[in-house]
Amino acid sequence: MGKTLFDKIWEKHVVKEPGAGLSVLYIDRHFIHEVTSPQAFAGLKKRGLRVFRPEQTIATADHNVPTLNQHLPIREELSRRQVETLIQNCADHGITLYGLGHPYQGIVHVIGPELGITQPGMTIVCGDSHTSTHGAFGCIAFGIGTSEVEMVLATQCLLQAKPKQMRITVDGRLKKGVVSKDAVLYILSKISASGATGYAIEYAGSAIRSMSMEARMTICNMSIEMGARCGLIAPDETTFSYLKNRQFAPKGSDWERAVNYWKTLYTDSDAIFDKEYFFDAEEIEPMITYGTNPGMGIPVTGAIPAQETLPENERKALAKALAYMGLKEGEKLKGKKIDYVFIGSCTNSRLEDLRMVAQLVKGKKKAPHVEVWVVPGSKQVEAQARAEGIDKIFEEAGFQLRQPGCSACLGMNEDKIPAGKYCVSTSNRNFEGRQGAGARTILASPLTAAAAAITGEITDVREWLND
Amino acid sequence: MIKPVAQPFTILTDTYIPLPVENIDTDQIIPARFLKATSKEGFGKNLFRDWRYENDDESRPLADFVLNNPAYKGSILVAGKNFGCGSSREHAAWALADYGFRAVVSSFFADIFKNNALNNGVLPVTVSEQFLQKLFTQTAEATLTIDLSVQTITLNTTGEQEHFEINAYKKTCLLNGYDDIDFLLSLKEDILQFEKKHSYGYEKENHLAPRRRDWP
Ligand code: SF4
Repeated sequence: MGKTLFDKIWEKHVVKEPGAGLSVLYIDRHFIHEVTSPQAFAGLKKRGLRVFRPEQTIATADHNVPTLNQHLPIREELSRRQVETLIQNCADHGITLYGLGHPYQGIVHVIGPELGITQPGMTIVCGDSHTSTHGAFGCIAFGIGTSEVEMVLATQCLLQAKPKQMRITVDGRLKKGVVSKDAVLYILSKISASGATGYAIEYAGSAIRSMSMEARMTICNMSIEMGARCGLIAPDETTFSYLKNRQFAPKGSDWERAVNYWKTLYTDSDAIFDKEYFFDAEEIEPMITYGTNPGMGIPVTGAIPAQETLPENERKALAKALAYMGLKEGEKLKGKKIDYVFIGSCTNSRLEDLRMVAQLVKGKKKAPHVEVWVVPGSKQVEAQARAEGIDKIFEEAGFQLRQPGCSACLGMNEDKIPAGKYCVSTSNRNFEGRQGAGARTILASPLTAAAAAITGEITDVREWLND
Repeated sequence: MIKPVAQPFTILTDTYIPLPVENIDTDQIIPARFLKATSKEGFGKNLFRDWRYENDDESRPLADFVLNNPAYKGSILVAGKNFGCGSSREHAAWALADYGFRAVVSSFFADIFKNNALNNGVLPVTVSEQFLQKLFTQTAEATLTIDLSVQTITLNTTGEQEHFEINAYKKTCLLNGYDDIDFLLSLKEDILQFEKKHSYGYEKENHLAPRRRDWP
């Protein structure tokens, strides 16, 4: 029987199989940030340990940093202390830190790929659930807790049970106005927020193959929202040309050797998955969410499901979600007035996303009642956006271009959506209070979010796109 | 020598706190604004913060939330399916442990949460949906007995019992209060050997991530 891409990478990283179905898995790359690492370093200290392979850990400050005036000291004391603790820990252990002010700083899942640190065939972990993003390059990349961060710092290994495997095939072409975010929200609405728990997902099919690396990252990013341990896509020419000449990608003869190896990373045609799903790209429409988990999504022209159309056990959850969101069953969201638009997060804050938004809003102005924040994923994205004049387009449209960080994706810094306000967000989670206590999040693609910013209401972006 | 790092878990008999909500994500268990700490202590008082208080005001507890109901107490939380989904924050497990929970019972747990809980001596017990629904219909006096060594959970009022699954290695760790780090540290030689033959498809010397000297 053939092997899956996941099998091939996994087997190459097993140090030992101590029994009980567990593997000691070697970790090639470890990303850390200020929020989930301090207790891990404290744990090491308590045990009198040093970081085992400091050169395989890369740090950045992103979750809890301000997105305005990053050159000034952080005002909020606890946040400042957390960032200072990271700086100290990295200095103590010889870990490379791309902190505030560094030209490589940014959201951890944006900078890893952009710098070429993320490469096919690797195992990558980070104390953040959206580590699944890196799987777009054909790696096994998954989020871990702080105890596990400590294990990786101490031994470069983790004790893991091999997950089951699922393949999601999307064939065909995405229609105009439909982008990869819509595709993943669509898949989520079909298989639910727990539909892939316990699985590693491989995404395949012609629709996935024709996507850019940025678009693939958006898909893999949201694997965790289906409960999956990770999501991955076999590397191909798109992957190689994205990585070529990146800062830390292999160079010269190493490049040839690497690409030859990367070309062996695919699922054999006779490999068997524990579960398979097939979707038709043509059926996907621009998507929005109406509830409080990312699986509660509908086409932008659709209506919120009515209680009685749902299985008994889901009705209570729907009622609770709608009460929080201030929405009614059967209601249509198109035309619904909104208050904020957030374009950012590791799901959609890359250059391609900003370009997509700029192209749509060029020469237009935001609705007067809407506040619009665009938070680039990294310093490099920000710099490139400015070099291309995207900042000017945003300024004219009344969009606020901020500095890189997680920002309103999780509302840990000052960037919070006020209670009761509706925010169309390109991030990945619409949980209660995720963007601030009482905030009401509507997840959407960058295109749909940009259109909402201009009209001030939920809009079908397709009506704006001419043939 | 492996030494206990957490309180060992053997048999637990206690009343429980029912929370019949599905898909409870870790943002609810501990909202992001409380993740600014650099230590593991004190998260219990912010457990389920936004479900506990009106407008984040400790003097205005929301009466209909179960943690504010003095009738319900105990070191076991019983929650709806897909508990602990979302963010990987281990702070959620720290908050549950700090509040005094030693076990969480549900019909389904999110993966990362399950690991985080186990790494902090909080036992996730997966039961059938039917058993779970039964637990939600009992009175506040009902007690559960969780026996880790034989992997059973019993509703003592009715005597109904279920077997639950747990990885054999993780079970040993919990029974003795060990954690993974000591085990991994004991494999140092294997890891060094592994590194010698591990390849990235290109020259070994170049396989490492950027060092400081590579800064622009
Ligand atoms: S942008 Fe949001 S989802 Fe992504 S790493 Fe930051 S907090 Fe997590």
